[in-house]
Amino acid sequence: MKIKTIAALSLLIALAASAGERALAETAEETGYAIAARSDRTDLGFGDSTVELRMILRNAAGQESERALSIATLEKENEDVGDKSLVLFATPRDIEGTALLSYAKILEPDDQWLYLPALKRVKRISSANKSGPFVGSEFAFEDFTATELNKFDYRFLLTEACGDLQCDVVERLPRYENSGYTKQIAWVDHRDYQIRKVEFYDRRGDLLKVLSLDDYRQYGNGVWRAHRLTMNNVQTNKETDLVYSDYQFGVGLTEDDFVKGRLSRLR
Amino acid sequence: MRRSIGVLLLAAAVWAGSAWADESWDFAGSVDLQSRWFTQDARWVGQEDRVGQFSIAVSAEARWRSADGRRRASFIPYLRWDDTDDERSLFDLREAHVAWEGSGWEFLAGSNVVFWGVTESVHLVDIINQTDAVADIDGEDKFGQPMLNLTLQRDWGLLGIFVMPYFRERSFAGPDGRFRTPLPVDTDRAWFESSAEENNVDLALRYSHYFGDVDLGVSLFSGTSREPRLQPDATGTALLPHYDRIDQLGVDLQVTRDAWLWKLETILRNGYADSFAAAVGGFEYTFYQVRETTADVGVLLEYQYDGRAATEPATIADNDLFAGARLALNDSQDTAILAGFALDLETGETLFNVEAERRLGNDYVIELRARFFTGAGPGELTWAVARDDYLQLQLSRYF
Repeated sequence: MKIKTIAALSLLIALAASAGERALAETAEETGYAIAARSDRTDLGFGDSTVELRMILRNAAGQESERALSIATLEKENEDVGDKSLVLFATPRDIEGTALLSYAKILEPDDQWLYLPALKRVKRISSANKSGPFVGSEFAFEDFTATELNKFDYRFLLTEACGDLQCDVVERLPRYENSGYTKQIAWVDHRDYQIRKVEFYDRRGDLLKVLSLDDYRQYGNGVWRAHRLTMNNVQTNKETDLVYSDYQFGVGLTEDDFVKGRLSRLR
Repeated sequence: MRRSIGVLLLAAAVWAGSAWADESWDFAGSVDLQSRWFTQDARWVGQEDRVGQFSIAVSAEARWRSADGRRRASFIPYLRWDDTDDERSLFDLREAHVAWEGSGWEFLAGSNVVFWGVTESVHLVDIINQTDAVADIDGEDKFGQPMLNLTLQRDWGLLGIFVMPYFRERSFAGPDGRFRTPLPVDTDRAWFESSAEENNVDLALRYSHYFGDVDLGVSLFSGTSREPRLQPDATGTALLPHYDRIDQLGVDLQVTRDAWLWKLETILRNGYADSFAAAVGGFEYTFYQVRETTADVGVLLEYQYDGRAATEPATIADNDLFAGARLALNDSQDTAILAGFALDLETGETLFNVEAERRLGNDYVIELRARFFTGAGPGELTWAVARDDYLQLQLSRYF
């Protein structure tokens, strides 16, 4: 026991010592992973959360339509599984009460159930559809769920200015099946370690969408959340804004709140 | 009816008594303007021969939840008026219930609608609610069922126990209406096997859970059959619904793998002259983002089997193949089209069905349906409705 502890400690010290000369010793892949991991760690330990979300869809002519939804999230138990989440729609009115329950996985397909209030029907749905538009928006379902560290392989590209901040630019390649992207390029800032911008490249390798993440706020538990996300489809000129409000953490959600049997009892 | 009114009054009292400021209310509703356009003259004496049939349906929804989230109530009255068929004009309490929730359990009292099952073309396992059959021939419109319902959520799955003190009768087209039997059904003279008639207490149990990519449901029902046999009356001028007592075991299963959904529903029913089994099984496969657009195309194929004897409540889904395709554009207006047919492999009777819908602006939905019947000879089941081919245009406003 003692020997193990000492061994672990000395390993930690060795790692810490080597961190300083990381840029020299590491490959671009290792550096990229380390940047992503550092950013991912700022999100650990939030437990559970609820948030209200306004989704504004804008077509190329500038016409807008809106959806309002709420999202409840239960943090993963460990890095081998993903978070559990529950999305509940309030508007448009004809789909009010529609709910989507997801158990995110790392490399296997997620488990998903959809609740259709008109029929009061719970339907297990295929999660192979990662890259299709989510409720008609410019966001694909994978854009929400693929935030788990181990869903990608990484490669550090360069460091450059991003607005007022300095950012590491990291390429990430999806490791999970059915992704609509060949690669993504993410800008991670040096101050808060948050992702400020992501470029998405389609199956032909062309730039498809650009996501900007703004209005970051840090909560009492230390986690950061962007409150305004804008996804711009550069091929169609369509755009979707996500405006988050009323984040609540540690509201006491449990596994029982994320079961398919609850979907018909949410309202 | 008295008993269910009692349950409702109790529900209303608890609901009203506990409503104060920091609790949340949610109001919603919809108005549907529906027109049906028939392409052929009516077949039976007494049916209105108008080309167009118009109806308006109003649904209001009031929901309440206590500040601690442990108590909730729902009140959803539904009213429909039809210009041709008096039997299609009706009032229903789809939902009127209160519910208490604890850790791993919920108790609900009052009227509610529940859905069981996985398949698309026919819903064998779904038995709690009576079908509002005159609303639509697809059988997906339901009446609220008065019940006491205890739900237990455990690691091993979900167990629902239902005690249903009042029976709801099925709606049928009146003498004026389309989709009628050769003799009209007189719903005022229904016959019940149970001496308690509609006050017979029906019981049901359902277990459901998932195991990896398998979703399983097992259900038991004991009570008055939701499907009546239709028997001519003494004078031979009307058909009377006969509601037998039945016991039914139901199993529903779905395996979800990649873009495949494999589905099976099967029932074993006892209570008529003979017991019988029925099953429906098949798959749904979806091609996502076809031809590099944002649209999805799903293909559905289901086989329907039903072993019931001719003396039992009639079904068209006895040896039939259902095939369909669903196109979802995934645009901001949620445009979707479903087209398909059900073919009777024995008689060749075929029902063609197309349903298309699209949201207009934020609050309106427009829906088009077309249904056509072919292949029925005299004496076959769909012969009675073979001239009721129609187009339906519906505009719904949501609040």
